[in-house]
Amino acid sequence: MKISFTLNGKQTGVDVSADRKVVEVLREELMLTGTKEGCGAGECGACTILVDGRARLSCLMTAAQIEGRSITTIEGLSQNGGGMHPVQEAFIENGAVQCGFCTPGMVLSAVDLLDKNSDPTREQIREGLSGNLCRCSGYVKIVDAVEAAALQIRREKAR
Amino acid sequence: MIKRMIEVGYPAPRFDAKAKVTGEEKFAIDYSREGMLWAGARRAGVAHAIIRKIDISKAAALPGVYAVLTRKDVPGTNRQGIVHKDQPVLAGSRVRHCGDAVALVLAEDRDVLEKALGLIAVELEPLAGVFDPEEAMRSEAPLVHESGNLLHKAVIRVGDARGAFEECDVVVEDSLEVSAQEPAFLETQNGLAWQEPDGRITMIVSTQAPFRDRFEIAHALGLDVEAIRIVSPCLGGGFGGKDGATVQCLLALAALRARGRPVKMRWGREESFTAGYKRHPVRMRYRVGAMRDGTLHAVSCRLIYDTGPYAHLGVEVMALGMEHACGPYRVPNTLVEGWCVYTNNPISGAMRGFGVCQASFGIETMMDQLASKLGLSPLDIRLKNGLRRGDTNGAGVTLVHSTGIVACLEGLGVHRLWKDRAKWKSEAGPQKKRGVGIAAVSNAMGYGRGLPDSAIARVELTKEGKIRIYSGVPDMGQGNSSGFIQIAGQTLGQDDSHLEIIQPDTDLAHPSGSSSAGRTTYTYGNALIPACEDMKEKLLHRASLLLMLDQPCGLVLLPGKVKHLPSGREVPFELLGRMFSQTDRIAVKHFVMPVAQDNPDSAKEFRLGFPHVLFSYAAHLVYVEVDELTGKIDVKDYLALTDGGRVINPACFDQQVHGAVAQGLGYGLMEKVLTERGKILNPNFTNYIIPTSMDVPDITSVCVETVESTGPFGMKGIGEVGTNAPLPAVAAAVEDAIGRRLRRSPLTAASVLGALSGRGAAR
Ligand code: FES
Ligand code: FES
Repeated sequence: MKISFTLNGKQTGVDVSADRKVVEVLREELMLTGTKEGCGAGECGACTILVDGRARLSCLMTAAQIEGRSITTIEGLSQNGGGMHPVQEAFIENGAVQCGFCTPGMVLSAVDLLDKNSDPTREQIREGLSGNLCRCSGYVKIVDAVEAAALQIRREKAR
Repeated sequence: MIKRMIEVGYPAPRFDAKAKVTGEEKFAIDYSREGMLWAGARRAGVAHAIIRKIDISKAAALPGVYAVLTRKDVPGTNRQGIVHKDQPVLAGSRVRHCGDAVALVLAEDRDVLEKALGLIAVELEPLAGVFDPEEAMRSEAPLVHESGNLLHKAVIRVGDARGAFEECDVVVEDSLEVSAQEPAFLETQNGLAWQEPDGRITMIVSTQAPFRDRFEIAHALGLDVEAIRIVSPCLGGGFGGKDGATVQCLLALAALRARGRPVKMRWGREESFTAGYKRHPVRMRYRVGAMRDGTLHAVSCRLIYDTGPYAHLGVEVMALGMEHACGPYRVPNTLVEGWCVYTNNPISGAMRGFGVCQASFGIETMMDQLASKLGLSPLDIRLKNGLRRGDTNGAGVTLVHSTGIVACLEGLGVHRLWKDRAKWKSEAGPQKKRGVGIAAVSNAMGYGRGLPDSAIARVELTKEGKIRIYSGVPDMGQGNSSGFIQIAGQTLGQDDSHLEIIQPDTDLAHPSGSSSAGRTTYTYGNALIPACEDMKEKLLHRASLLLMLDQPCGLVLLPGKVKHLPSGREVPFELLGRMFSQTDRIAVKHFVMPVAQDNPDSAKEFRLGFPHVLFSYAAHLVYVEVDELTGKIDVKDYLALTDGGRVINPACFDQQVHGAVAQGLGYGLMEKVLTERGKILNPNFTNYIIPTSMDVPDITSVCVETVESTGPFGMKGIGEVGTNAPLPAVAAAVEDAIGRRLRRSPLTAASVLGALSGRGAAR
């Protein structure tokens, strides 16, 4: 089946079976390996992508479900407007990256979170990221990073 | 972007952070090649059986199936294993646990692969299994291996513990039990391999031990070690579970069959649980005696390690656990007995903390019991007995290196969280009980005696004028690569734009051991410094020739160039890079970790991995709140003080501490591999729960900087020590809150309720 959708700002078409998992379409057909798969069952969040701006688990979506939608993967987040997204910058500066396997999903969940709440408390950040497992970090620096990114985004908006 | 000077001691962002936040970093799982086949293993699914017949005809006939292999297709010994070669690559006659591979399928795509695996008919004759290590030691128990179920028995004896108990004013005794823990790295075991036209095998694999993998594969499949090339990109986590062959032998076997076509193997999450290596479940019986003033006088204990059907590193794990069984304390009389036992349970092996996690729960529980019996505070009794440099530890080793446990405990004692504990506890809400607990732990570094802990660093000046490090030890996320860049940057005075690192490739780097044992940065870093110094001398000398200087004086290294300060003239690295011959552009140096020089008159049963002489230390404190109605334990605050010598990167240091604490809290509070007749009932993240962002509190990490004079820039490895303290600290805090001691991990809400109603494992 031919599926067309917007991928990282570009109109894209793929020919795959309708029930193929989106995570596989991205990683194996489009070679966008930034999206990770940690469980394939909706439990770890590593496969998080943005669908029309909202964080979604690409291991639970089928190709048919993205027809006509706008998808942002981690590769596309940095393309938007050239530089890195403030969440990405904050992850780097705050030491929120260790093995990095959870990172793409974590970053995209944080982007969605900050889009919905530009000034979250640490508790709200923890809640917002609770679907993304990280086995390396203990989450402390990830929460620090999201806090820092929120501040940065508010500053940019105020300017 | 601003160039950053790369110096030791500065909390610089990790060099790999940018590639990881943009999705550019390629893990083994992200590699694919044109014409790739998919390989998958058919698992036994039962814990103990004779294999009567494996009918592959239906699977082999399925369109899209390239090959189906069984035991008879394995060349070589068919035996893998790090020290003990007791694990078959493909089981042929006997199944010893549910995760044994009985057939290997190569298929054009994953759908066909799944179908074919289901079409293999495996005829098994079930055997009685043994799932309890103590039962396994009885004479009538079913045998996991013909050689018997006792893999190893050992005794550490210092002084005369039996006699010494007579002299003690107080003696406490208890039994404790800890369960298996899944490493649960997010990137499951996987790799991609192919045979080159010249017959060699190249494998890109998620591994902690690329150099050792070659030997495991070669031994199992009858290949020449030199005919195998292992490339190990950054790992999506390892924690010990990728130390030792996972996919390697199966994948090499597949590549041999695929006639040059690349083959990919990737274990799904459930397979990762079923076939992967876990932390050993251990049963412990402790007896500890002290004088009235709290001075420890004797410790005796019996530790039983359930290693599952194969040794993996079971004996070495037990050796390290036994070595730490008396904690970071001075104990003149010790008797530590250990049994490492085969069962038909899932395979136990290396995992962060490596046997020490379990023993720390034992000895720390006893320390608290002693303290309460003697009316001492848990801090005072630990301070009183804490090891100091020059002391002899419970394994009979004289501590001649940095020994910071007392400094950690002193730091804990003056910290606000310790001082404010009574006030915080008194503010508990209705139906809530609050408690505070502490734990003191250590963790040895390196392989220990019997196996040289060595690394060989290679540094190159590239043609483009960059300094390139060929790392010999994988980065599983702990940030050793960043540490190497900082060490090279410091030694050579460079900024980040002139430094690069190549992840391990056995064709390019030199054998440097595994990424494990708190030795990765220490050992490789210690080889890297002289390699960089050698490079520095070359750069200065060759530049002095170019500048026609009579003497190489007044020359310094600056980012990307050599400068002659008296004249102001400069030689850029690009020029030197073009000028250097291929042999000249490389500097190679090695290092071997020191080992204990004492000759303890016991534990001779351990041929390798005992004893150690370098240790990291930590003291942790935790605040918990227990809900009396639900039994739920909430961790409210956490303090970790760590002696890791001098710190190369404070940000990476905190990362390691935070991550270790989180894993330790998971171990202590929620993680339990549930099995029924050896079959895992919760092989997924739906039912095997690891901590989420809601479960881990903010963690205060304090670095207690000693100087380890043998370490690179004074550092010691701290990746593991932090996992050992959370369980005992939380158990102490829970006891402080509810007045009951829990003796079996994990400390679940159900066990709290059981204890509160006077039932269960608690008193
Ligand atoms: S891979 Fe999608 S949630 Fe784990
Ligand atoms: S950084 Fe390794 S899983 Fe999060």
